[in-house]
Amino acid sequence: MFRQTASDKAFQVVNTVFLILILGMVLYPLIFVLSASVSEPEFLLKGDVWLLPKGFTLDSYRRVFRNQDILRGYTNTIKYTVLGTGINVLMTIAAAYPLSRKDFYGRNLITGMFVFTMFFSGGLIPRFLLVRDLGLYNSMWALILPGAVSVWNITIMRTFFQTSVPYEIQEAAMIDGCSNLKILSNIVLPLSVPIITVMIMYYSVGHWNAYFNALIYLTDRAKYPLQVILREILIQDNMGEMASFVDEGIIRQMMLAEGLKYAVVVVANLPVLMIYPIIQKHFTKGMMVGGLKG
Amino acid sequence: MPNNLSSAPTVVKRERRGGFPGWKAIARNWDLYLLISPVIVYFLVFHYYPMYGVQIAFRNFVATKGILGSTWVGLRHFTRFFNSFYFWRLIRNTLGIGLYELIVGFPIPIILALSINEVKSERFKRLVQNVTYAPHFLSTVVVVGMLFLFLNPNYGVINNIIVLFGGEPVFFMTEPKWFKTIYVFSGVWKSMGWSSIIYLAALSGVDPELHDAAKVDGATQFQRIRHINFPAILPTIVTLLILNVGRILSVGFEKVYLMQNPLNLEASDVISTHVYRTGLQGAQYSYSAAVGLFNSVVNFIMLVTVNRLARKLNETSLW
Repeated sequence: MFRQTASDKAFQVVNTVFLILILGMVLYPLIFVLSASVSEPEFLLKGDVWLLPKGFTLDSYRRVFRNQDILRGYTNTIKYTVLGTGINVLMTIAAAYPLSRKDFYGRNLITGMFVFTMFFSGGLIPRFLLVRDLGLYNSMWALILPGAVSVWNITIMRTFFQTSVPYEIQEAAMIDGCSNLKILSNIVLPLSVPIITVMIMYYSVGHWNAYFNALIYLTDRAKYPLQVILREILIQDNMGEMASFVDEGIIRQMMLAEGLKYAVVVVANLPVLMIYPIIQKHFTKGMMVGGLKG
Repeated sequence: MPNNLSSAPTVVKRERRGGFPGWKAIARNWDLYLLISPVIVYFLVFHYYPMYGVQIAFRNFVATKGILGSTWVGLRHFTRFFNSFYFWRLIRNTLGIGLYELIVGFPIPIILALSINEVKSERFKRLVQNVTYAPHFLSTVVVVGMLFLFLNPNYGVINNIIVLFGGEPVFFMTEPKWFKTIYVFSGVWKSMGWSSIIYLAALSGVDPELHDAAKVDGATQFQRIRHINFPAILPTIVTLLILNVGRILSVGFEKVYLMQNPLNLEASDVISTHVYRTGLQGAQYSYSAAVGLFNSVVNFIMLVTVNRLARKLNETSLW
């Protein structure tokens, strides 16, 4: 329609180069981890691996999947994620639906009560003492109940209910004598599948990646989620049973341990990265809804 | 559907914001109150009860005596904290990381969003978005673990590059002077794409006619970004800026703690990790609750102040 001027063309080129640089910067570490995890540890330690794998081997993965700590951490994390997310989503709906209704008396007061907690909190110590007094210490409920619902997600969901589920339909159902709960389950929720999907994703990624509550509330190793095990391996350099490759020399052991870390990173993120391409559309949509000031 | 409505004056006609609708209207929605009650109980127990419990900051808390049974000592724990060797170091580090993060981390997603928005090819646009969003889904443990791997002085890839160009390996993770930079830039890597989404959402609302009109007037692409797109996302920017400035002293515990070690403590000890160390590891509950309360109060005051300032200077504010 309009002729592109020279300066616009130059801008377009600069912009594209800029974004390609960004792409490279974001992708390089991810590709490197993947390559390193399937490379022969020897090349890795000599600094011969730059981008593509060298001396292809799946040995590190074999060791990771034989590791009892990781397997148990995996199972625990799956359990906490499924249970925690279920509770999160139910609580979010239970809060968001009443607050989305104009005829719900007290909604401003209740919203205020929720939102205030985003800006002020009693802090770590009182919360810790509370969890202990409730008898949740060293129980998986300490990972689930303290974060049972997020104010931000309630706001997103409430905004969705208000903007995407026509109030007229709900009103009509009321006139037909439908109870509020019936309206919620038969009319509102079926129309809200996209936002519920987004919520499931938000919360489950949060549970999958959480380590802090486990760090402060769990003492029993058998209950540790994956992230706590990962911390031991990646950051505290504590390889546990994995480091004792009995039949190997000390240098070789060190090498294997290093290669193993990369495989551990990949294995830990596998579920999230595998579903990511499928769900990223929904994620973005949820962010957009949340971005609207509600 | 609308025809049905006109013949039914019973529902929600009366309620105006804040007006008391009468007990009958409340009773009609009894099931909604039932539905929300677990959530209210949750907030009372897990958020408001700790606010009540924070009074142990003014007492010498002994678990067996309970909160009210422990002796009242007034501001003793606060004065101890203000006079302690750690106080200025904690303030310097917390504020330093917070400011650094704000100055570097805040503008980058805005620039990224403005840049992505100018891409003509839909496929390239989607590619950039999908790739830059991905690190957001990695856990903090994994990101910090990757830092340890890449920055390892003996065989990390970054030091390999440094050595290749004839330099000396740098002990990134243990040198205090590197701590804040690594913290901030790894944060940018993880979250710049995700944080840009909100600006892209705002940009998608810009009326294309504005751009066409500007083109007719001979505006270059850069001028159009500056005078059309940037003003369009300014309210979003201000809102997020308020939130970020208000949180400048609440540097998150998780990542700092993972990156922390005895060698870089000089630069990495922040208020939240200090609370964790003295409170949970050292069991000085009252003292660390006082430190935490000090932090919460400062954060709250800052947020309210920044918001008030923004409202004065601008139409935009949080409330």
